[in-house]
Amino acid sequence: MDFSYETLVAFSKSWGLFYMMGFFLCVCAYAFWPRNRNRFDRAKHSILERDDTPWQK
Amino acid sequence: MLANLTSSERQYALILASAVALAGVAMAIMGRSDVLGVHGVIVMLFGGGIAWVVMTSFYGPEPTDDRTASYYDDPIKVGIVLSMVWAVFGMFMGVWVAAQLAWPNLAFDAAWSSFGRLRPTHTTGVIFGFGGNALIATSFHVVQRTSRARLAGQVSPWFVLLGFNLFCVLAVSGYLLGITQSKEYAEAEWYADLWLVIVWVTYFILYIATIARRKEPHIYVANWYFMAFILVVAILHIINNLALPISLGHAKSYTIWPGVQDAMVQWWYGHNAVAFFLTAGFLGMLYYYLPVRAQRPIFSYRLSILSFWGIVFFYMWAGSHHLHYTALPHWVQTLGMTFSVMLLVPSWASAGNALLTLNGAWHRVRDDATLRFMMAAAVFYGLSTFEGSFMAIRPVNSLSHYTDWTVGHVHAGALGWVALITFGSLYTLVPSLWKRERMYSATLVEVHFWLAIAGTLIYVFAMWNSGIIQGLMWRTYTEEGALAYSFVDSLVAMYPYYIARAFGGLLFLIGAVIGCYNIWMTVRATPLAATRADVPVQPAAVPGE
Ligand code: HEM
Ligand code: HEM
Repeated sequence: MDFSYETLVAFSKSWGLFYMMGFFLCVCAYAFWPRNRNRFDRAKHSILERDDTPWQK
Repeated sequence: MLANLTSSERQYALILASAVALAGVAMAIMGRSDVLGVHGVIVMLFGGGIAWVVMTSFYGPEPTDDRTASYYDDPIKVGIVLSMVWAVFGMFMGVWVAAQLAWPNLAFDAAWSSFGRLRPTHTTGVIFGFGGNALIATSFHVVQRTSRARLAGQVSPWFVLLGFNLFCVLAVSGYLLGITQSKEYAEAEWYADLWLVIVWVTYFILYIATIARRKEPHIYVANWYFMAFILVVAILHIINNLALPISLGHAKSYTIWPGVQDAMVQWWYGHNAVAFFLTAGFLGMLYYYLPVRAQRPIFSYRLSILSFWGIVFFYMWAGSHHLHYTALPHWVQTLGMTFSVMLLVPSWASAGNALLTLNGAWHRVRDDATLRFMMAAAVFYGLSTFEGSFMAIRPVNSLSHYTDWTVGHVHAGALGWVALITFGSLYTLVPSLWKRERMYSATLVEVHFWLAIAGTLIYVFAMWNSGIIQGLMWRTYTEEGALAYSFVDSLVAMYPYYIARAFGGLLFLIGAVIGCYNIWMTVRATPLAATRADVPVQPAAVPGE
């Protein structure tokens, strides 16, 4: 197949934009999803716990 | 160090080291008098030396205590020491090349000490030697602590650390011997590149395997940055270094990329080396050591996630801003410029997140030079990314490109951000790793801080001045439309700034030497901290299962 320069530019200007927007929305959804709140809060505080051994089964 | 390895692991280490030594012999035989031959001898000695160390305690007693009950810190300790050794070497080379620009006689008329050969020993020494070892060491620390799991290997962490240093040694010695691929930040030749691929893939697998052992469902954000750093550097390194050697017995190779594609691939690599080597990994440090040192959680965890994906996605497209006004298609330049400007958003989100974390703990920042290192690093990160986004705008770049302004931008990032965050992290890490109450001398940390700040400011201001003067002199026309200044005129105008830069760099170097002494004395002299409650976690005590 032969792609012309114009085809590629048209493709990236349209679909490239949509895919970036879509990606952006997914990341926002992940970051702000209410159910993730606890998880993030735990993660944020977990590194401050003062215990220097690995967990054991 | 070897006391932690079982006898089968020692065997395994011995086999690996011997295999490296044998590969060195093969290189020496095939390369003969070519640089490849010299490198063969270096590889042989390196592998042989390690094999010898393994053999000396080969029949030592087996480790007795349960290794899964503690973290694996030996490779981290060695990594920190190597990082500081490379810091002194690389920065000394920096001061030397800086002095050569002011006083060219300092090349002493020898080939190996000419500017062109010493300059890459500086960049490789500081970026890969100093930065790389610090990244490997801190990533091993952070991944274990945040996953609450021991590293997923006993020999592989050593393989990664020592293998990476072998790469650095091959790279730096190669430049002094006069070989280069002529690709900035990727100057090392094909065999060293192949070796680095093996080392780096091992690093990635080790990191993922350790994360897989974690207890928490969520992976702390610092690990995301470290993973992005490891993964993307692997991709960049492989694609940019695709090359064919002229024969298996020669160090010289030719890249498979032709002409302008080569330029684009090189600066896609070069810019993402800045993004993922000099930024993502160090952001990983920032997101762990800054909250730990300040004893405050990161201001906004969500923001850290958003800026992570922003940085990862935008940086990939920005490389073409290094090639403004070249044969590269105009729209590719525009694309790079646009993404560079957008990059400011996630970059400032990270810098702001760090500074807001400190909001409310400013008294600590005032009293604790270690925390101040990290605060200053965040400020310089904000400054240099702002400057970068500005310089990426095509008309601005027409003034800054080829001038010392670029060098000033580089070192605002490299000294102000990369080196300061590293020193801050190491000063946090060293006492906790060696189980000491604190660093040997808080005063020396303070002295180091002020030397580093003074050095950075002198360096950066000198280069801004000289860069803008250069840029303006090169575009000043007389009324007849001829250039008003010759190149030599602009060179003469640089002279005072080059002296100032060398002086600023010297201050920075002295600071690093003081840091080495302080770390050394902490390891040697300070008494052990009273051991804290050192009991393993009871699974029932951990909520969220
Ligand atoms: C002691 C402090 C330092 C001094 C005196 C110094 C000096 C220099 C000099 C003279 C150059 C060559 C500039 C030219 O060709 O015009 C240079 C380039 C460079 N240095 Fe440094 N440096 C220092 C520290 C660092 C550190 C810590 C890093 C990285 C973490 C670093 C990264 C770089 C890079 C990436 C370049 C290449 C810049 C470019 O090609 O535009 N330097 N340095
Ligand atoms: C938003 C972030 C950033 C952007 C948009 C950016 C943009 C730029 C631009 C436009 C140049 C000049 C290219 C030229 O004229 O040849 C440049 C050079 C450079 N920047 Fe940045 N920069 C950013 C952040 C950083 C950071 C944090 C560092 C870190 C340490 C850094 C290190 C470098 C280096 C090493 C070069 C020199 C490359 C060379 O020519 O050898 N940049 N950057």
